[in-house]
Amino acid sequence: MAKVLMKGNEAIALAAIKAGCRYYFGYPITPQTELLEYMASELPKVGGVFVQAESEVAAINMVYGAAAAGGRVMTTTSSPGYALMQEGISYIAAAETPCVIVNISRGGPGLGNIQPAQSDYFQNTRGGGSGDYRLLIFAPASLQETVDLVQESFTLAQKYRMVVLISADGMLGQMMEPVDIKEVDSPEDEEKQWALTATEGKRPPRAIYSLYLDPVELEKANERLQANYEKVSKLEERYELLQMDDAQLVIVTYGSVSRIVKSAISLLAGEGIKVGLIRPISLWPFPKKAFEQIPDSAKGLLTVELSRGQMVDDVRIAAKGALPVHFYGRCGGMIPSPREIADEVKRILRGDKS
Amino acid sequence: MKTEKIICAGFGGQGILSMGQLLAYAGMDEGKHVTWLPSYGPEMRGGTANCHVILSQEPIDSPIISQATTVVVMNLPSLRKFEPYLESGGLLLINSTLVKEESGRVDVRTLRVPATQCAIDLGRDEVANMVMLGALLALTDVVEPDSVIRSFDKAFEHTTPELSELDVQAMKLGESLIK
Amino acid sequence: MTVLFEKTSGLTDEPTIYCPGCSHGIIQRLVAEVLDELGLMDSTIGVAAVGCSVLSYNYFNCDMLGAAHGRAPASATGIKRVHPGKMVFTYQGDGDLASIGTAEIIHAAVRGEKITAIFVNNAIYGMTGGQMAPTTLLGQKTSTSPDGRKAESAGMPIRMCEMLATLEGAAFVERVAVNTPAHIRSAKQAIRQAFKTQQAGQGFSIVEVLSSCPTNWKLTPVAAMQWVEDQMIPYYPLKNFRTPGEAR
Repeated sequence: MAKVLMKGNEAIALAAIKAGCRYYFGYPITPQTELLEYMASELPKVGGVFVQAESEVAAINMVYGAAAAGGRVMTTTSSPGYALMQEGISYIAAAETPCVIVNISRGGPGLGNIQPAQSDYFQNTRGGGSGDYRLLIFAPASLQETVDLVQESFTLAQKYRMVVLISADGMLGQMMEPVDIKEVDSPEDEEKQWALTATEGKRPPRAIYSLYLDPVELEKANERLQANYEKVSKLEERYELLQMDDAQLVIVTYGSVSRIVKSAISLLAGEGIKVGLIRPISLWPFPKKAFEQIPDSAKGLLTVELSRGQMVDDVRIAAKGALPVHFYGRCGGMIPSPREIADEVKRILRGDKS
Repeated sequence: MKTEKIICAGFGGQGILSMGQLLAYAGMDEGKHVTWLPSYGPEMRGGTANCHVILSQEPIDSPIISQATTVVVMNLPSLRKFEPYLESGGLLLINSTLVKEESGRVDVRTLRVPATQCAIDLGRDEVANMVMLGALLALTDVVEPDSVIRSFDKAFEHTTPELSELDVQAMKLGESLIK
Repeated sequence: MTVLFEKTSGLTDEPTIYCPGCSHGIIQRLVAEVLDELGLMDSTIGVAAVGCSVLSYNYFNCDMLGAAHGRAPASATGIKRVHPGKMVFTYQGDGDLASIGTAEIIHAAVRGEKITAIFVNNAIYGMTGGQMAPTTLLGQKTSTSPDGRKAESAGMPIRMCEMLATLEGAAFVERVAVNTPAHIRSAKQAIRQAFKTQQAGQGFSIVEVLSSCPTNWKLTPVAAMQWVEDQMIPYYPLKNFRTPGEAR
């Protein structure tokens, strides 16, 4: 497919359909509603199923049923709706049923607003559902990267039998950018040996559940999950590095705001100040390997987020105390200009701010 | 071509978002890197609408414009809100039919275009955005007018040959006001 | 030796965890017998809810999903949409269906989702140890209505069938009981009709089964069956509320 100019939300929907997604359950919430609308109009045309659920609670539990039934399934939402999905996500994670979720986040807490924000970092990476579970989480920064990751997510969800979450925000959901959406070879899913398809008298019944009254059994089930997460955390760390050579300071930033940081880094380069960039693409697993590339020239790290610093702890852990970790962020839908970020870098380098 | 950072702003319903999309589609048609970022949500319903359009030979980092090369305003609130965004020496296009007031900026190149009046003269006030676009293209080399015309069917979902013809006329009228 | 009676192959040999005198065993057997007799057991996928029947995925001899509390109709929707040709049923108690899961059951019915809900109403929360349910009768003592349910603070008991019967998508709605052999025979007929409604693609079907909970009602099994007759049936009348094709 040649490049087309598409709105982020619609591009995500089209990418999912081209990746073989045939079941979609969702509920309207700004700023992801165009995604739901696109699915409503386009999914039936390829023989897929679109259901507008009565709530996000219902939507995620429909996803659970469809995933358990072996369907290639997706839901999308925005922050408050994602909060409502936490219970269902815990069940899906426990049942090891694959699905893809997109959270086009907005300003919070509470009803907040609909402007771009990254204050769902905790909700995305720590989750709100019960138990020890993890999601594989990608945070793209451009629409091309978004559609590529959405398509790959379906493959990875099947491969690891886990929930893959795409974390984006209203900026990426609403903006238009040229994208090239690939036709993924219609995935002839291998017979899923675990899926609920009805026995048809050919095999013993299967059950998918997350109740283990026996603590020994529940611990075993947890160990199986953790072994899988361990494998995923080794294989799926993803990040982008930029201008790390001789960097005086390294900025750690992700998603939409990383684009503004890149503009700030160019500004600073024009003033002779060398600043490097670590952009986590996978938020879980957090790309610790990237931090091994920090040059000796760096005097510190600066985390830039559209939140009050929810990623800072992960950066501190990854930096292992080797460097001071500074933070700069705006929230509530406020977006810093490249100049504001550049000024903050200069303040840190001058030692005005510890 | 230098990187063009254009803010279009006006009332919801004045075709602000389409004007920006046409620039983005045309830029993509010409092989440029483009981004289009709209205001969204309830503020658009009957209120103001704006979009940020960037066209560049280089990959675009921030899609948000903090210093615009061009600002196009279709009403007074948009003039007040967005004239500060214009870089020194930038281009300010004002819809003079609806905006009688002057810009406070003296360090920019200001052009007053009676876009809404021209559109009314053409029989359809909705094409004021196209008059403005015609003027913009006559003043700058952002994109070729032909690239814009080629993008009509992409930006306008339900266009007809008659409407497209009117859009072309409106663009030409805008262009003629400059030349 | 002549075999006079065999357990349905629709149930596994797993011993159930139910208390003596609990009606779950009867109701599950009826569901399994009906699916077996209709030749549908092998093409059925069931959804177990949360409550005393939480382990029912061990008892039904078909593919089963363990759903979150109240969400069985949503998960059943997901399954049915992936496998429209299979039979899909939920097996839910009153806390699950009539309290925490009211939105899910109502909207499954609104959509005319082609699934069958088996709704076991015993007027109390069983698994958590006898708290007030939305279906708890007026004056009925539970651990959270120690002086008996009062209308002023807890409202009147909810009649789900009457409510669901107002929805166009609910094709088959019937309330039955299993406290006497005659009632059990009628209950089986209703369950059969519910599954046939699903099989014919006529819409959503639900059978509410009045059930006993001697443990939490603090009655003997026999007295519990009588309590269903004397206390529950007068408030929850046994009747068909909707049948496909019938005038409304």
